[in-house]
Amino acid sequence: MYRYDEFDHAFVRDRLEQFRDQVNRRLAGDLTEEQFKPLRLMNGVYLQLHAYMLRIAIPYGTLSARQLRKLAHVARTYDKGYGHFTTRQNLQLHWPRLEDIPTILEELAEVEMHAIQTSGNCIRNVTTDHFAGAAADEVADPRPWAEIVRQWSSLHPEFSFLPRKFKVAVTAAARDRAAIRVHDIGLELRRGPDGGIGFRVFVGGGLGRTPMVGREIRDFVPENALLAYLEAILRVYNRYGRRDNKFKARIKILVHERGIEEIRAGVEAEFETLRGGALDVPAEARERIAAYFAPPAFADLPARSAALEAAWKADPTFGRWIARNTHPHKVPGYVSATISLKPVGGVPGDATAAQMDAVADLAERYGFDEIRVSHEQNLILPHVRKDDLRAVYDGLVAAGLATGNAGFATDIIACPGLDYCALANARSIPIAQRLSERFADADRQAEIGDLSLKISGCINACGHHHVGHIGILGVDRKGEEFYQITLGGAPGGEIAGAGSGVGESGGAEIGGADAAIGEIVGKGFSADDVVDAVETIVDTYLTLREGREETFLAAWRRLGNAPFQEALYGGRS
Amino acid sequence: MAYASNFRVLTANRLADGRVVYLGDRDWTVDLGAARLVQTNADAEVAERAGREAVAARLVVEPYLIDVEAEDRGVQPVRLRERIRAGGPTTGNAVAGNAATGAARETA
Repeated sequence: MYRYDEFDHAFVRDRLEQFRDQVNRRLAGDLTEEQFKPLRLMNGVYLQLHAYMLRIAIPYGTLSARQLRKLAHVARTYDKGYGHFTTRQNLQLHWPRLEDIPTILEELAEVEMHAIQTSGNCIRNVTTDHFAGAAADEVADPRPWAEIVRQWSSLHPEFSFLPRKFKVAVTAAARDRAAIRVHDIGLELRRGPDGGIGFRVFVGGGLGRTPMVGREIRDFVPENALLAYLEAILRVYNRYGRRDNKFKARIKILVHERGIEEIRAGVEAEFETLRGGALDVPAEARERIAAYFAPPAFADLPARSAALEAAWKADPTFGRWIARNTHPHKVPGYVSATISLKPVGGVPGDATAAQMDAVADLAERYGFDEIRVSHEQNLILPHVRKDDLRAVYDGLVAAGLATGNAGFATDIIACPGLDYCALANARSIPIAQRLSERFADADRQAEIGDLSLKISGCINACGHHHVGHIGILGVDRKGEEFYQITLGGAPGGEIAGAGSGVGESGGAEIGGADAAIGEIVGKGFSADDVVDAVETIVDTYLTLREGREETFLAAWRRLGNAPFQEALYGGRS
Repeated sequence: MAYASNFRVLTANRLADGRVVYLGDRDWTVDLGAARLVQTNADAEVAERAGREAVAARLVVEPYLIDVEAEDRGVQPVRLRERIRAGGPTTGNAVAGNAATGAARETA
């Protein structure tokens, strides 16, 4: 993984001291809340319902054991002993004291972490495929490019006061696991006609109030020209993006209102002035950063593990975990293992300090010291020997992290909702808890197969409900929580667990081009009724599907909303 | 549900740690039961002035009045959002932090 150089250390240290001074000035009364708020937001500090919230950046979801242990330590020492992994591969602490935050940031800086640009109208944490560097189907490891984009975008003076926040995701695999089509910019690493690396670029995707799937703006940008092209897009957005209306300020609205052709023409004109100049990324710089992401020293192993297969057959629960929570690796004898943060009745994405320590120990012992955070709010050990999977699993059992449900109905994405968030209109977590209890039976989950449930507590869609196969949006209706259901959403790409790394193949191919916004099924449901409604939808699917190989999403695409509306409303939706 | 309420209370978040606080008879308190109940517009103006003074004194941020019902079972906010602010997350024992023994300091 990337290691800070002297510049990086100085950069983060300077920013930390600047923010420490700003906090001290706020506490001393030299800054008003109005003056301080934008400063704290640019350092990841929100004021939520119960307390401040600190959003810590986990660049492209990659962590070392040392970093995860530090996160555990910070959660234990300065918070309530847990953290919440988010849909943007970050970690949130929900109870830090403002006066402690500079010290927390100082602790994080010791392990090359920070909270810069995890909020505010700037370029946020660059996200990527959580199996990057490990996946059998990738063209190349996308993380060097995610790192290059991170370096370019950090405290970029021209882009620190954009019309609105700006999110970039990059993937390099045949199947998009980074939901690139629902980001402001989505980058698909690919090989060009001459075999060289470059990027297909999408622009104007996003969820929130006005969900949109990103449009292709260029089919190939050579790798050395990527930053020039990104700068061109950001310039066009910064110049023409709407600042008169917060709800129309994202680049997706600009693309929608002006049309992709006009935006493309503006970007290309800007690109012509920038390409080949100071933003050209020389081969030496690309190679230097790529070297940080060199593969670990994999052993020469047989593709099959007799020990694993024997253990798998002897223990059906372990076998279920293997079938769902492992993913094919590019190196024979290895897999990537998904650590579900979705226990039945639990809070999606939450992990205790003890659990973080346990995962760090497993990563150090069995996983080349690497951990990833997925946008599905799970953790990943990207490089695990098949021979070691039983030991990893036993460690996860001891830590309460061995739920074998990746990509199943209980692998629910949920935002913190009204239990924590100042923006929310309704609760997300209790609905997720009740749904996971309703669908807890392992055999039933297996019978249902790949199914994503995604819940947001408000229109901002942090729970990605628009791209859930079943999406649930909480709204406030005259003081009561109501839940609107959408069907047929898809982030584009593989469903976690669809196909294991141990010889099983799973669900339908869903490429990035298949990203789709879910369709509202009908009128909303009360908190009391929404779980029953979801069960009705699932039962309807099971009745109508053309065999087990037809996933929920495939069946919905064949059937549309009508049979589900009939089942839910008796034709009175 | 109609927002029926018979009192109001001034709430804010404490500047130093962000915790939910309420204007009491003499000071700010984390205990909703000890909050000053506001009934008249004149009382509301007094409470809001106290809120502005507390902001200026760097004690709290973003004070505002909420509707509460004060009955035999105690003071209860009318809106769900405020009930959650008063009582904490409703996610039960599944909240990892509920059972935590971390050093998060709760100072009244």
